[in-house]
Amino acid sequence: MDFKGFDHPDRQTDGGTRSVKVMIAGGFGTGKTTMVRSVSDIKPLTTEETLTQASADVDNLIGVADKQETTVSLDFGKIGINDQLVLYLFGTPGQERFWFLWNGLFKGALGAVVLVDTRRLASSFRAIEEMERQDVPFVIALNVFPDSKDHPIEEIRDALDIPPHTPIVACDARDRTSSRDVLIALIRHLKERSAVALESR
Amino acid sequence: MSGPRRTDPSGLERYYVLTGGRSGPGGSASTLDVATLIVSRAAAVPGMQHEHEEILRRCRDPLSVAELGAHLGLPFNILAVLLADLLDAGRVEARDPIPASGVGSGPDLALLEEVLSGLQRL
Repeated sequence: MDFKGFDHPDRQTDGGTRSVKVMIAGGFGTGKTTMVRSVSDIKPLTTEETLTQASADVDNLIGVADKQETTVSLDFGKIGINDQLVLYLFGTPGQERFWFLWNGLFKGALGAVVLVDTRRLASSFRAIEEMERQDVPFVIALNVFPDSKDHPIEEIRDALDIPPHTPIVACDARDRTSSRDVLIALIRHLKERSAVALESR
Repeated sequence: MSGPRRTDPSGLERYYVLTGGRSGPGGSASTLDVATLIVSRAAAVPGMQHEHEEILRRCRDPLSVAELGAHLGLPFNILAVLLADLLDAGRVEARDPIPASGVGSGPDLALLEEVLSGLQRL
């Protein structure tokens, strides 16, 4: 474990717990909050950012208290990996245009799950583009809704233009084990990428 | 359902007071992430701002910035300003999430193995 930045390691009383984060992305209504909720150890919480706070200087805040605020929220949950490590899951806001609001929302994430509703593939295009643009490794999770048609995965890969090395898995975001398996698929994918990177060094 | 909690109409005024009119995180808090863990390194002292005291109390065990924000009902930017005060005074320690190291190299395999075995135990 990396203890960089600890001047006084002997003063740690909490065993030096660290965190990792994984983003749950996808279009509106694809089941991001559902997945965070089903797999989290804690009751999922919401953290907020107000657009006026982020975009205006304090000077401009005076006198604009009655201005309409745009509140953008981020649902999140956590999973205790072991005594020393906590995994945080963040469901990205439905309005992708607000992703810039958080200090590098995707920066420092191990990777992302992009949820796709096969009945509305296009709703997740933007999320996939954003992962590629920000160079965030991801897996695609097809959230199977009761009335979803059974599409062959390769057909969906073509339709979404997903490269062959990026895993596509089916899941039921309401189900804890199924959602956990998506996270496992992501971590395995990350391991493969790391192994390839090590070999090519 | 943890839907967005609307801030009260006077929210901005409240934040202005809480932060002494300072905006956005600067200095030591500028790298804070929603998953950064905050750990108290000192006890609250008399006369301390209520929110500072509350942060110190809640972070006796490591707590993420996102959880703190949710518990205190404060947006990220406002909380970051308050955390900057405590970081500058050495009253809390901030531990950034273990990053996906260097572009192209990916995170450390041992870390991924650790996460994987944790998930498999769920």
